[in-house]
Amino acid sequence: MKLKAFKAAFPITLPVLTGYLFLGMAFGLLMNKAGFSLIWSFLMSAIVFAGALQFAGIGLLSAAFDPLSALLLTILVNIRHIFYGVSMLEKYKGSGNKKFFMIFMMADEAFSINAAASLDDSIDRGWFYFFTSLLCYLYWQVSTWIGHLIGQLIPGEIKGLDFVLTALFYILFLNQWEHKENRPTLLLGLGATVISLLVLGKTQFLLGSMVLILIVILSKMIKEGAHHD
Amino acid sequence: MTETQMIVTIGMMVLGTMFTRFLPFIAFPEHKPIPKWMVVLGDRLPYASLGMLVVYALKDVNVLSAPFGLPELVSLALMTFVHRWRHDTLISIGSGVSLYLVLVNILLK
Repeated sequence: MKLKAFKAAFPITLPVLTGYLFLGMAFGLLMNKAGFSLIWSFLMSAIVFAGALQFAGIGLLSAAFDPLSALLLTILVNIRHIFYGVSMLEKYKGSGNKKFFMIFMMADEAFSINAAASLDDSIDRGWFYFFTSLLCYLYWQVSTWIGHLIGQLIPGEIKGLDFVLTALFYILFLNQWEHKENRPTLLLGLGATVISLLVLGKTQFLLGSMVLILIVILSKMIKEGAHHD
Repeated sequence: MTETQMIVTIGMMVLGTMFTRFLPFIAFPEHKPIPKWMVVLGDRLPYASLGMLVVYALKDVNVLSAPFGLPELVSLALMTFVHRWRHDTLISIGSGVSLYLVLVNILLK
C-alpha cells in the first residue's frame, strides 16, 4: 500500500527536485555569503521550510532584533497557505498522525501537486499526500546543505533554472484546464492575481488577490443559493 | 544579533508560518461539521490557487522592457503544445524548461 503510493508520488515530485536544487542551493549560498554557519541554514530549512520567507529571513537575521516585525512579515508572506489549508481540509481528512506532518510540510509545491492530483482508488490517498510532502521537504533540506557547503563553487552562469517551478505550476494548471467545469475558477485565480498585481504591485498583490477571489466565490455562492430557493 | 535573538527571530518565522498552515485545520477539526460556505471554498480554492500560483511564479517578468517576457511566453506556449500532444507532465516541463534555458542563456545573451 505504502509502496504503491510512493511509486505514484515520486515521479510527479521530480520537477520539484530540479527547481528546489536551484532555489535551495541559492538560499544556502546566500546564508553562507551573509556569514552564517551551516547550523543556521540547516535550522531555517528544517523548521521554517518556506522558500520565499527564508530568503526574506536572511534580511531579518542580518538586521536589528525585531521579533514582532518578523512575525508580521512572516504572516504576510505566507498568508496564501491559509487558502491551501482550506483546499485540503477534506482531502487530508482521515489520514491519521501523518496529517500533522503533511500540514507542517505544506509549501507551494507540495500543495500544488496534492491539490491537483487525481488518484484512482487503488492508491492510498493519505500516503500519497504524505510522500509528496516528505519528498519535497527532503529535496529542500539537501539542496540547502549542498548550497551552503559548496559555496562559491556553484556556477553562477546558468540563469533561469527556477523556471522549473513556474513550468510545474503551469502544467498542473493545464491538467485542470482539461476539466471544463474548473475553467471559470482557474481563470478567476489568474485574473484576480493579474489585476491585483497591476493595482497593488509586487509586494502586496497576494493579499489583494485572495480577497478578490474570496469575494467572487462567496458572492457567486450566495447568488446561486438565492436562485435555488 | 546574539544567538538567542537569532533563535527567537527564527522562532517567530516558524510560529507565523505554522499559524498560516494549521489555522484552517484547527478551526475545522475532523469531527466538526464544515459550514456550507467553507465547503464551497474548499471545493473551488484549489483551482483558484493554481491560477494564483502561475501568476505568482511569473511576477518578476517585466513585459515593458526587453525581452518583454517573450522567453516565458514562448516556453509556456511550447509546453501547451507538447502537453496537448504527449500528455506527459515530465516531458512537457522538460521541453519548456530546456527551451527557456536556451533562450535566456544563449540566444538572448
